[in-house]
Amino acid sequence: LTFKPDHDHDQLPGSSISRRPRHRHHYGGTTSSVSSYPALFAYRLLPVADTSLKVELSTMVEDQDAGMFNVKQTIGTVLCCRCGIKMHPNAANMCVSCLRSEVDITEGLQKHVVISHCPNCDRYLQPPKNWLKAQWESKELLTFCVKRLKNLNKVTLINAAFVWTEPHSKRIKVRLTIQKEGLEKAYVVEYVQQDHLCESCSRVAANPDQWVASVQLRQHVSHRRTFFYLEQLILKHDAASKAIKIKQMHQGIDFFFGNRSHAVKFMEFLRSVVPTKSRDDKQLVSHDVKSSNYNYKYTFSVQISPVCREDLICLPRRLSSSLGNIGPLVVCTKVTNSIALLDPFTLRHCHLDSDQYWRHGFKSLMTSRQLVEYIVLNIEITSPPMEAKIGGARYLLADAEVARLSDFGLNDNIFWVRTHLGHLLNTGDHALGYDLCAANSNDSELEKYKSSLEVPEVVLIKKSYEEAWQRKRGKPRKYKLKHLEMEVEDRARVDEEKERSDYEQFQRDIEDEENPELRFNLSLYRKEYQEESEAGSMADDAAAAPLEELLADLVLLDER
Amino acid sequence: MAIRLQFENNCEVGVFSKLTNAYCLVAIGGSESFYSIFESELADVIPVVKTSIGGIRIIGRQCVGNKNGLLLPHTTTDQELQHLRNSLPDSVVVQRIEERLNALGNHVACNDHVALAHPDLDRETEELIADVLGVEVFRQTIAGNILVGTYCALSNRGGMVHPHTTIEELDELSTLLQVPLVAGTVNRGSDTVAAGMTVNDWTAFCGSYTTATELSVIESVFKLREAHPSAIVDEMRKSLVDSYV
Repeated sequence: LTFKPDHDHDQLPGSSISRRPRHRHHYGGTTSSVSSYPALFAYRLLPVADTSLKVELSTMVEDQDAGMFNVKQTIGTVLCCRCGIKMHPNAANMCVSCLRSEVDITEGLQKHVVISHCPNCDRYLQPPKNWLKAQWESKELLTFCVKRLKNLNKVTLINAAFVWTEPHSKRIKVRLTIQKEGLEKAYVVEYVQQDHLCESCSRVAANPDQWVASVQLRQHVSHRRTFFYLEQLILKHDAASKAIKIKQMHQGIDFFFGNRSHAVKFMEFLRSVVPTKSRDDKQLVSHDVKSSNYNYKYTFSVQISPVCREDLICLPRRLSSSLGNIGPLVVCTKVTNSIALLDPFTLRHCHLDSDQYWRHGFKSLMTSRQLVEYIVLNIEITSPPMEAKIGGARYLLADAEVARLSDFGLNDNIFWVRTHLGHLLNTGDHALGYDLCAANSNDSELEKYKSSLEVPEVVLIKKSYEEAWQRKRGKPRKYKLKHLEMEVEDRARVDEEKERSDYEQFQRDIEDEENPELRFNLSLYRKEYQEESEAGSMADDAAAAPLEELLADLVLLDER
Repeated sequence: MAIRLQFENNCEVGVFSKLTNAYCLVAIGGSESFYSIFESELADVIPVVKTSIGGIRIIGRQCVGNKNGLLLPHTTTDQELQHLRNSLPDSVVVQRIEERLNALGNHVACNDHVALAHPDLDRETEELIADVLGVEVFRQTIAGNILVGTYCALSNRGGMVHPHTTIEELDELSTLLQVPLVAGTVNRGSDTVAAGMTVNDWTAFCGSYTTATELSVIESVFKLREAHPSAIVDEMRKSLVDSYV
């Protein structure tokens, strides 16, 4: 092993040979002979910048004269003990490259880590229980990866970045740059991604029909108009987005949720749109003794009031008197979270809160199924004219001479009635109303009034557009409505015919121009293609929904 | 020639041995390998003596000597003193001295002509050193360290000092000592150069961690490449003849 230094054999760096005669002659005051005692010096070393060190000399001896000059000191060069290049001496007396290769500052740090990933919901496990959502090669994933490394607090982290790996390789590589004791080093950590279904996904996978909370919505009436309307409302407000399953039941709908809070939120929504009464219950499913965790199934039973729009109601005596002696026979004009009642003979109106209604819990006397068509023979506005503006709609009191359409031309049955539709009806119009004289109502409230109340023979409710409907029959509608995905259980019990006629009635209701507020909460979507011939006739039809109110059909790509 | 060796897995050779031009002292080790290396190298030229000083094995740091004499601390027992007197040649004066700083090897660095002493050494000790070893004594510090015996390895032909020694100080020291000096390291960057190696005019013994670079520096500064005992004797003979004539 020969090493040839690049200097003269005899003359080494930093060495000097002086051939002065040897005698006790010193200079600079830094050494002393036998007799004198040396001064105490303190050297202060400044950190190595690049080439030369300057050593400051300061004397600490008190009785030294002040004119002492400072000797300039320059640090010489030594050879690196490993590679032999000239360098300034340092603590290890090795050049920087030798030091870097010798001392591995990444020793003791993790280079290989295993992380768990849920393939279903794309989340990463942060033990013991937390699942963190992060995209592939995102900032959150980088933070998560760095956090999973142990012992990283002993060194300073300067930089971290992803190294590209094939997504299917299930390996994530991160290049970290760390600094320790003045040395910097970059190294790669490999993360093996293990697939492991998180708890919620495994629960769903094990039993997909698993629900935690259910809302059982019921209305004890014979038609489903309310549910059609509710369906559109729910779609517009997206209230059932969290529902796992929706099931159509007899006289109602069941909604199933994965979380109790979702069910409660849905119930709150319902409470704001219809008058409801609810109660809730829970059932124990499982119980962990060690951690005292109880798993329940929650059931909310929601009942909508059976009073619907256009119903004829006979108010109980107490309620009637508490509302200011409003005539016991009233017509329901609007149902939101409160019920609007109108006395058709006096044009007095009132609102009933949800709570107020359920305290009395009265049922309708007659429902819209029992409407009969009449033809108006004569109509006279009352003098003095009585007018009321209720909730944006105006009513005019009038006396009318009507005959049943079935009787018209056959016999002379004419009824004189007082009606609130004076603003709408003209001679020759058709109207729909309740035939009280021919009706056989089995209402306990009406019985109580037997003596004191004079029951009118006919109560007109609305103008009939039957002819217009007849003309439009067979023509497809210009708009379409969206539907909720409902599971129908027990198909045998469902009466298809009845449901279809109910739905047809509902659609006519929302097309009704006199009642634009019914359309207010719904979303109508334009149909894709329209036939040219119909465009012209549409303008004449008074009962058609004006085109401006149709929404252009939004095509949402990721609609579930 | 510089040789690398270990004493019982420890690379500080200068701690466990003392090498001069006239004799060599070696500590008593568990295995004979340390002694045998010295023996194989030096036995036919100078005596190699196994000893302890005051019962401890770090003899290189306890005593100081050159070809003229050997100074021992006050902790040396009488038997050891006698053993040394018997084993060493008669030209070597063996003296036990009373000195508060009794690790003489750490406080004094010397060759056959000049010595560097610790600044706090007693005056009597200094005089004794001058008398027994026949040297000129200079009180000095090396790179701010007062233990000159540890940080300066000296022979008649060169010297190695602590790596942090400044150039000005190197100039000054070499003027005093009249030998070429170099600032270097031994045993893979260790700065206690005199403790890591022991040297005389024709050989050096270093710890086995010493790198090739360091070894070459040592061989250069102490001029060991062409040196062997007979060469020195030849040189002396030449000068003797000259003066005689």
